Amino acid sequence: MSILVNKDTKVIVQGFTGKEGSFHAEQCMAYGTKIVGGVTPGKGGQEHLGQPVFNTVADAVKATGATVSMIFVPPAFVSDAVMEAADAGITLAVIITEGAPVKDMMYAKAYATKKNMMTIGPNCPGIITADECKIGIMPGFIFKKGNIGLISKSGTLTYESANQVVKEGFGITTAVGIGGDPIIGLSYKQLLPMFEADPETKAIVMIGEIGGDLEIQAAAYIKEHITKPVVAFIAGQTAPAGKRMGHAGAIISGGSGTAAEKMAALTAAGVTVVVSPADIGKAVAEVMKNLK
Amino acid sequence: MNIHEYQAKELFQKYNVPTPRGHVAFTPDEAVRAAQELGGSIWVVKAQIHAGGRGLGGGVKLARSTEEVRELATEILGMTLITHQTGPEGKLVQKVYIEEGADIKKEYYLGLLLDRALEMPIMMASTEGGMAIEDVAHNTPEKIIKVAIDPLTGFQSFHGRKLAFGLGLPTEEINTFIKFASALYNVYMDHDAEMIEINPLVKTGDGKFLALDAKMGFDNNALYRQDRVIKMRDLSEEEATEIEADKYGLSYIKLDGNVGCMVNGAGLAMGTMDTINYEGGKPANFLDVGGSASAETVAKGFEIILKDSNVKAIFVNIFGGIVRCDRVANGIIEATKITNVNVPVIVRLDGTNAIEAAEILNNAGIKNIVAALDLADGAKKAVAAAKGE
Repeated sequence: MSILVNKDTKVIVQGFTGKEGSFHAEQCMAYGTKIVGGVTPGKGGQEHLGQPVFNTVADAVKATGATVSMIFVPPAFVSDAVMEAADAGITLAVIITEGAPVKDMMYAKAYATKKNMMTIGPNCPGIITADECKIGIMPGFIFKKGNIGLISKSGTLTYESANQVVKEGFGITTAVGIGGDPIIGLSYKQLLPMFEADPETKAIVMIGEIGGDLEIQAAAYIKEHITKPVVAFIAGQTAPAGKRMGHAGAIISGGSGTAAEKMAALTAAGVTVVVSPADIGKAVAEVMKNLK
Repeated sequence: MNIHEYQAKELFQKYNVPTPRGHVAFTPDEAVRAAQELGGSIWVVKAQIHAGGRGLGGGVKLARSTEEVRELATEILGMTLITHQTGPEGKLVQKVYIEEGADIKKEYYLGLLLDRALEMPIMMASTEGGMAIEDVAHNTPEKIIKVAIDPLTGFQSFHGRKLAFGLGLPTEEINTFIKFASALYNVYMDHDAEMIEINPLVKTGDGKFLALDAKMGFDNNALYRQDRVIKMRDLSEEEATEIEADKYGLSYIKLDGNVGCMVNGAGLAMGTMDTINYEGGKPANFLDVGGSASAETVAKGFEIILKDSNVKAIFVNIFGGIVRCDRVANGIIEATKITNVNVPVIVRLDGTNAIEAAEILNNAGIKNIVAALDLADGAKKAVAAAKGE
């Protein structure tokens, strides 16, 4: 078991024949992901990496039965690509592209929601179900199969956490990089119940950062609905206010969105909050020990 | 990206959002000419810097004659203005805005920004004009009225009515206010703004609304399609090292500690700062070298970090995913040949080919470089090195 994606998930790639799209599609295929085709307008009918290329997402869905799209198009074309995927009946779009305008994402997400399409990202490493399906840019080998679900706003902190979890003798069910933009797709609040419902997932790691209040919403949700242990780390305890820390959404504005307030809310919700990211693996080992 | 008050007002005027008339001036002579051109008998001389709190810091003053305009412009131009938003070092004032005086009857606050939870813009208004909105939100949240505006349908009259009645405006002023707010919404959306703040918005003796101040910030991801806005960028208002880092695809922010950090990925970069803090040190900077961490970017990273003379040690923390650690290790060795690194460098490489990378670093025999086992070990060693231990 896992959440959202598994070995049977059929995936197409928007921006399939571009440099990034090609490189990562190939890596995903090597991992075992069922990439069944791709979309590059004007290149329909060609073959790329042994898979068919289509002019439109609608054509690709019709011919392949794909339900998930991995999006690699340049930032200016992201909203168009997301809306095209939603229109074609894709049920989950994983948006890897960094740098999409906030206004575009506002429109694209509203449209996707109307069409019942879930989105992950933008500006994220993607989603991986260990040993089954990788849709994104993460190094697959770190994610050994196990019982820990992972939700993270940061790419490299996802790798860091998964690596620590594995070093402690555990593994991952599914890891989702949700991205650090001001407007993102699936977030903690939507993913936590999926992990709660997944019988294979025994504990959940959530990595947050400064900016916005998604972690605060998550804390309220955890308090009410999550019975599995949750370990959390919030990046940016030492970040100055008013400065954007790399991610477009990682900014303390008007004194809110601080790491301290998020850590306090999560602690109050019964979450094991670590102060140093170096302690994530140990904290997971601790909560897993207490489960037995 | 942010712009100056006078530039924001230019955008307002293009969209028929009323503001007082004014001209920007770089010298006292220009300031006097601006006042003469505006006419009248009272002017406001306003320092133009990218920070709020200018009035309290002595950067906004009233002149009742053109001689006084000259005196005040002479005083304010070239001064280092310190406000709660500039930091203790303050900001050099290079231009002033000369504006006609307004007949102020009442002051309000009006702002627009993205509500991340609702995923749509919200407009906020308050009767507490002229005060920091953060304080109003904290002390008297009931005095802030908010409306969320669905971008798919845009600003509607009812949004305006909700704000206007909330502010207690008399019926005959409602339509004027709605027109003002609706035009402001268009300024926000059409320019990919991140926020607009008018504090204060004033009502004049003859029942008109005027944006007495104007602050605007923009979504950097959308600047590629905002020619008018990008022309307004004032590099002298931004940190020189941050601009330089940006040229090389590095994201750098200076902090006040002594342990330099070079990390791949923004989240891990923040996490590294937090770990240094946890181990009893203080980070000197945030630096995300991006995905590739090539010899050139690492060399540039060293150069930028070492511009800060407080730095006593550097912690390089790279989690190699698609990027192989052995390549990064070679990059670091190359980088030390390009840039003279005269402080201890603690290197933690984990992920793909981490063991090979450690061998490469150990065999290179560079005395400044120390390999670390993991994140905690690296942070500990860097903190100790910065303390001279």
